[in-house]
Amino acid sequence: MLSNLGNILLFLNVILSLSIIYTANRNLKISEVIDKKIYQLSLIQSTSIIICFFVLIAAFIVSDFSLITVYQNSHSLKPFFYKIAGTWGNHEGSLLLWAIILSIFSFLFLVYNKNHPNKFRLLTLIIQNILILGFLFFILFNSNPFSRISPIPSEGLGLNPILQDPALAIHPPLLYVGFVGASIYFSAAIASLITNYSEKSFSLSIKNWVLISWCFQTLGILVGSIWAYYELGWGGFWFWDPVENASLLPWFAMTALFHSLIVFEKRNLFYFWVIILCLITFTLSVTGTFLVRSGILNSVHTFASDPSRGIYILIFLSLMIFGSIFLLFQKYKKENYDLNRNSKETFILVNNWFMMFYLITVLLGTIYPIFTDALTDNKISVGPPFYNAIIFPVVVVFLIFMAIGPKAKWIKNKFENIRIYFFILIGAIGLNLVILFFFKSYTLLSNFIIISALFLIISSLMDIAKALKKNKLDFARIISHTSFGFLVLFIGLNDIFSVEKDYNIKLGETKKFENYSIQLQTLDLKNYKNYQAVIGKLEIKNINSNQINILNPEIRIYDKPKTLTYEAAIKTSLVKDYYLTMSNIDRSDYYNIKFQKKPLMAWIWISVIMIVIGGSLRLFSNAKNN
Amino acid sequence: MKLNLLLLLFIVFSKFSLAAEKNVDPNLIHKNLRCLVCQGQSISDSNSDFAQTIKLVVKDLIDEGKTEDEIYEFMSDKYGDWIVFKPQFNIQNSLLWILPYIALIFGGFFIFSFLKKRQ
Amino acid sequence: MQKIIKIIILFFFLFIIGIFYLGLTKDTNYSTSSLINKDTPEFKIISFDDSNFYTRDDLKKNNYTLINFWASWCAPCKIEHPILMKLSQKKKLMLLGINFKDKNLQAKTFLSDLGNPYDLLAKDKNGKQSVKFGIYGIPESILINKDLIIIKKFVGPLSVDDYNNIIKIIE
Repeated sequence: MLSNLGNILLFLNVILSLSIIYTANRNLKISEVIDKKIYQLSLIQSTSIIICFFVLIAAFIVSDFSLITVYQNSHSLKPFFYKIAGTWGNHEGSLLLWAIILSIFSFLFLVYNKNHPNKFRLLTLIIQNILILGFLFFILFNSNPFSRISPIPSEGLGLNPILQDPALAIHPPLLYVGFVGASIYFSAAIASLITNYSEKSFSLSIKNWVLISWCFQTLGILVGSIWAYYELGWGGFWFWDPVENASLLPWFAMTALFHSLIVFEKRNLFYFWVIILCLITFTLSVTGTFLVRSGILNSVHTFASDPSRGIYILIFLSLMIFGSIFLLFQKYKKENYDLNRNSKETFILVNNWFMMFYLITVLLGTIYPIFTDALTDNKISVGPPFYNAIIFPVVVVFLIFMAIGPKAKWIKNKFENIRIYFFILIGAIGLNLVILFFFKSYTLLSNFIIISALFLIISSLMDIAKALKKNKLDFARIISHTSFGFLVLFIGLNDIFSVEKDYNIKLGETKKFENYSIQLQTLDLKNYKNYQAVIGKLEIKNINSNQINILNPEIRIYDKPKTLTYEAAIKTSLVKDYYLTMSNIDRSDYYNIKFQKKPLMAWIWISVIMIVIGGSLRLFSNAKNN
Repeated sequence: MKLNLLLLLFIVFSKFSLAAEKNVDPNLIHKNLRCLVCQGQSISDSNSDFAQTIKLVVKDLIDEGKTEDEIYEFMSDKYGDWIVFKPQFNIQNSLLWILPYIALIFGGFFIFSFLKKRQ
Repeated sequence: MQKIIKIIILFFFLFIIGIFYLGLTKDTNYSTSSLINKDTPEFKIISFDDSNFYTRDDLKKNNYTLINFWASWCAPCKIEHPILMKLSQKKKLMLLGINFKDKNLQAKTFLSDLGNPYDLLAKDKNGKQSVKFGIYGIPESILINKDLIIIKKFVGPLSVDDYNNIIKIIE
């Protein structure tokens, strides 16, 4: 029943998309005013796709195993919350969520841009609906969440237990609003090219959408990292894994985009560059989807993969890329710039320059193994050492520019006081030396990174002091930039001062290192609703301060599907995290425990949240000014 | 004053050289080796049979006095380049290592071409 | 000039998409093929009954040797066992079994229940020897010729196809 209803709604959406394209196209030819009917159609479209999604949620709640998707990803004994979250925790359901985001953004863009030429708005709507159609066909013909299975199984296979987690319930929706939301400025860019709408007011139509998607993308990446940190059990939060990279690539493009949009809005420069960035962002989103969902790359974050999906997404991707390129070739006009070496325009270009460097490095690292495998039959791995070696030296210079750049004036700038930078630099070096002497020595590159991060932080803080006096404060920028400095600083310090110990230990045994002792005191077996757990009780004692922490890592044995997971025990404080995982060793009565002391972890998360707060402040002030 | 400064420089220098002379760290090597039987995890993150064996062998190799790079080479000799997370610098991987920096330089030229030729 | 740049850009993207397509059609299962056509590594491995050691020299005596890593706790090893038994009848092929991370008693029971196909039997208690042969999960088998060159590597249980393949090579 639910299956039929869902399929009907999907078909209805195809028809709605087609009729929106048809009416909008006719409207374009005959009238300057947008027909009321188009608004209505667009609203109905958003509503019906949301209903369609609710039908799927309902199927998950009532455990309707006649649907393959429900059968493969749910189980009647699964907790209620994860039955709902399971709806978008799988490939088919997540695509339906994408269709929702595409439709809602399409509708809101139409409604909220009344000041822009109607031709441009209608064309954006048409392009966006072509994208929607593409996804709807993908859902209907390849990844239909309402596909039926017969005979109807009596029980489902269950959701992968590492996905049964609150962070992972909200992580995908956040990320999808981010990079699927990028579709709207992809459509707007194409529409702008076709209708020759290249005035600087074009930037007003998209800049809030860029900011919204950027904020969500950043939050999505954050929640994903937090999940990886406490769930995957290696104690790291970023592994430069293909799936993580796929979420980072659009982020670089978005960041570059909203910076260059500032120049375009103020000075009417870089129109084509802005357009190219709009196109790149969504293209990278789809490329990421291709890499993740087709199974072409091997990753920690397993998504059930299937090559036939790959072919479909690849065709969709090719159409997008070649369509955009041909259009760009037709419309491209050479723009001549005459920028002052020392001006805000130039500094923002420098931001874009670095963003493109990061983007190219990460993209290259992600897809290079595909190339070597296809061309020379040699599989290689490109992992953290590569990215660290290539990216970090450049981050040093980037942070310095980030400190100096925002203070530059438009058109022509004069540094009022070069000396002040010199003093900030001395201050940063001094602070770095303090850390170095009182705690621990670290490599030369780490020194440079810490110094440049401190440089950015100090100079941003001084900006606040100065701006408060003049009562002219760009809070959004300062918060984001300062927090980015803190983020790099905390990541650097965390990396330098992390302690990691690995032991094989028996029940009752005690191990000692530095000024800590660690003892495996008891092991308990407990039964839960959908799993069994071996819970260890480990005592971590700081010998100097006699402070005792009890940590309870778990080994969980899930029933549906049969899997072993290792739950880390984490004690978080503002200064440091204790992180402990325990795992059984096959055919032995020893347990392997991995103990980590990770300083300042909480501050890494806080910094990212502050960066997002900076972004949302900009969004609010934009909304107020309009 | 001058003496103090010299002393300071000396201490800074000795700190750096200490950092540079660090022994081969098995944990670092475990992190840079892929656990072939796991989904995208490193040897350090995994506790599978395979990971345990590799940890033992890495320890032996370190005791034999092998350097970090020699250990990576040994592993990729046996298991292929797939096992090492740090791609070797060779002809096949040259583009991977060089292209980012070429892009960086190229981008710099690009920006330079937008600037006024004379201030 | 502009035309050339346009063509370059087009071919660049065509190239990338083409490679993606090729990548999709490739088998994603990993097999360690890097040891094939290479010399057998130096090794010294203790025999199952602790009486002596086996080295490369023991492999020179025969035309072909199949080194088979197995354990009593490994289920797929039971599946391939009949094929090993059949291979043990071939004169030109010597079978060197290496018992991997196993308990002696259980390994003995395994062989007495299912038969012992091995001409030479050794053991690798902690698994260190297996790394020399690029083993990452048992069962795995390695076919070596008289010149001690590794000809073929079989990951997972030997199948009937593998059996026919081996027979073809040794005869």
